[in-house]
Amino acid sequence: MTAAAEAAHTSDGWARRFAGPIRLASRLLLSVGLTFLGLTCVTFFIGRVIPIDPVLAIVGDKASLETYNRVRIEIGLDQPIPVQYWRYLMKVLHGDFGISVITAHPVLEDLLRVFPATIELSIFSLIIGVILGIPLGVVAATHRGRWQDQVIRFVSLLGYSMPVFWLGLVGLLLFYAKLGWVEGPGRLDVAFDDIVPTVTGLITIDSLISGDDDVFWNAVSHLILPSSILGYLSLAYVARMTRSFMLGQLKQEYILATLAKGLSPFRVVWVHALGNVWVPLVTVIALTFGSLLEGAVLTETVFAWPGLGLYLKNSLFNADLSAVLGGTMVVGVCYIALNMLSDVIYPLVDPRARERR
Amino acid sequence: MLNRFRFALMAAVAPLALTIPAAQAATPTQTLVMAMDFADLITFDPGESYEISGQEFGANIYDRLVRYEAEDLDKLVGGVAESWSIASDNKTYTFKLRPNLKFANGDPVTADDLAWSMQRVVLLDKTPAFLFTQLGWNKENVKSLITAPDPHTLTFKIVEDTAPSLVLNLMSTYAASAVDKKVAMSHEKDGDLGNAWLKTNSAASGAYNLISWKADEAVTLEANPGYRLASQHIKRVVIRHVPEPATQSLLLGKGDIDIARGLSPDQLASLGENKDIRIESFPGGDNYYLGLNTSEEHLKNPKVRQAMKMLVDYDGMVKTFLKDRFFVQQTFLPIGFLGAIPYNPWKFDVAKAKALLAEAGYANGFELELITPNASPWTDIAQSVQQTMGQGGIKLKLVQVEQKQMLQAMRARKFQMVQNSWAPDYKDPHSNADTFAHNDDDSDTPKIKPLAWRTHWLQPELTKETMAASREPDTAKRVKEYEDLQKKVTDDGPFILMFQDKYQVAMRSNVKGFKLGIFADFNYYRTVSK
Repeated sequence: MTAAAEAAHTSDGWARRFAGPIRLASRLLLSVGLTFLGLTCVTFFIGRVIPIDPVLAIVGDKASLETYNRVRIEIGLDQPIPVQYWRYLMKVLHGDFGISVITAHPVLEDLLRVFPATIELSIFSLIIGVILGIPLGVVAATHRGRWQDQVIRFVSLLGYSMPVFWLGLVGLLLFYAKLGWVEGPGRLDVAFDDIVPTVTGLITIDSLISGDDDVFWNAVSHLILPSSILGYLSLAYVARMTRSFMLGQLKQEYILATLAKGLSPFRVVWVHALGNVWVPLVTVIALTFGSLLEGAVLTETVFAWPGLGLYLKNSLFNADLSAVLGGTMVVGVCYIALNMLSDVIYPLVDPRARERR
Repeated sequence: MLNRFRFALMAAVAPLALTIPAAQAATPTQTLVMAMDFADLITFDPGESYEISGQEFGANIYDRLVRYEAEDLDKLVGGVAESWSIASDNKTYTFKLRPNLKFANGDPVTADDLAWSMQRVVLLDKTPAFLFTQLGWNKENVKSLITAPDPHTLTFKIVEDTAPSLVLNLMSTYAASAVDKKVAMSHEKDGDLGNAWLKTNSAASGAYNLISWKADEAVTLEANPGYRLASQHIKRVVIRHVPEPATQSLLLGKGDIDIARGLSPDQLASLGENKDIRIESFPGGDNYYLGLNTSEEHLKNPKVRQAMKMLVDYDGMVKTFLKDRFFVQQTFLPIGFLGAIPYNPWKFDVAKAKALLAEAGYANGFELELITPNASPWTDIAQSVQQTMGQGGIKLKLVQVEQKQMLQAMRARKFQMVQNSWAPDYKDPHSNADTFAHNDDDSDTPKIKPLAWRTHWLQPELTKETMAASREPDTAKRVKEYEDLQKKVTDDGPFILMFQDKYQVAMRSNVKGFKLGIFADFNYYRTVSK
């Protein structure tokens, strides 16, 4: 091979090597961009047609007409809706999500404050849901039709159908008010407020960073009940899905083959069969996490948990459009990120996906 | 619907609760922890705040020119001002400030701070501006009309003829708070007179300092050691945002909060049996009424309106589902206001109402749409009214909406009948007269939108009487004029005035000295001890 041909071959190789990732990145950018555009568009127009006057939310019922009109112009409501949308979009592209009417803070600052509270709650809930949900699903599948299966299916059905609001209240009544096993609503006791400097916004992590054990345990004690309740709901979903995926696998001939080869049934179920359901399970777990991150409005209300759900609810009721749009975008970003994450995880759990790349 | 469902669920788990002994907690003795729903809070700036919770917190943070102090909520006394005098033309007011007053940061409170604080309410032109502009102040003249000839003297001139009692009552509102000019102006941005900064910070000389406001979470106040009155027993006040009443109830039962401010009647009833908890009730200042749009053909007829006033079971409601939360008050002034009279001429009387309807030509009744906020007690009242009106042949169709949505329908005058309440703006009869008995411009673009305008009740004569009463310098005569106005509106007006509210508060039994006033800004924390 001549030097020139070698060079051509190398550059061709580089191009080939990068074509995939570049195509992937551009496809990703396009999908992220389109998702954003769709999200802002739908939320914006819904916000404009709801029969609540955002100006009244700011000035109240008693302001004079001059004040009312001035504020209306100040927040740009005198412009046609497409113009309002265009202006909003331009601002967002410059990183300005606007000022929240109800908190008087920039929306971005608010989101950075409320979202960690929801993330912390969601992570704890997800851990509970996954650690318990998957084994329960597997056991239900291997004991199909027997009492273990019935019990597990009943428990999951209960988690599915019980109003989270009620579960929250009963949980509080029993474990907080009566038994005193856990701390009550809120993220921390009043006495522990503002002790630990905010780094991540996740109090458990922040208290570990600053080495304050008392705050850490107080935060955990506040977290355990709401996250158990949300975790129970996730568990119900994860267990049911695991069960049905597992049933699909257990029917396969390779199961029979491995058993015939003399492998222990335990290994067959927990390694071979479970190993094959990881791929769909990753999607289930990612979706569960996504729905947890949306902020559980009712749970956050019952537990006075200052997270995204409560923030979005309040903003909606006050027609605080900037805040609603900002919050919606955070949820959108989460879903996109989780989808990407599960795409990354697939090859780790599925060798076929690795080879395809 | 949700409330009833929630109640049923709570009832279902109640027996469970009784079987297990409760664990106890307690808040620190010098800290007061209160739970309420303060989702309405949007700012602490006295030049901007007009929300109920903001007014309450602000009253504990800022001192103001004159005020109704916790010790006697019926008597107007000096706040920052020690004494005042009014010139014989009733137009020039001079206030002598108390000596040696200091802001929380140590700056002296001067007349210049006060003049600037009051001017900025007009200059900022936010919601509270109307309180002062009714005196004839505007952006052009306010700087020359409110002056500080020396650090201890504040003088202002008013343009419009106004009763001195009304002027002083306006000077007792949150808008007349003393803001530290130096601090506020050091944070000024784009000529906002410190508004953006003061939304979330305080520069005040009141009983408490604002330490933090975390939206949807908590507001924390700390005692100001330099406050002019006796020192506060409670050094730290934490107000937690707990929107769910059932959660408030659990927190109170457990002792993690000292006071719960948003409990429902059934929760109060069950907590009442707990000996560690005390429930107290305070008269509020809100009037609950049904508004009738007189642009509707049948509602134009005074006889129809009178008949409808006889088709509401006022006593029946306050004796049953509104027990301890409301009392019958059929005039537009809440009891406790200057000139308010307990004038309740309307009684539930189907026969008389039917006779009046027949006289008016509606012997077979008619149909109406009643827009009502979709929460208790509104929905309960609406159902009772629907039932009693039905007995007289008036068929009501209930439309339940979010309160803000209802407000919008009212302001656009797009309703037939509506249920709402009115909270006065300041402790003067003019505050309510100016809305229930003021409409001399029924066009679609009036300067203001008083309730009389929203109901299309054009009353040029009554408006003149309302304005005359607001100017009357002789207080005894003024009282008489408001009595007349109240009777006229109650008898003929398009408002079925029903109730005045009461606030019910549940607190731990060791909490002493907590009172709620007729206004949110009469709620003082400095008198509380544990």
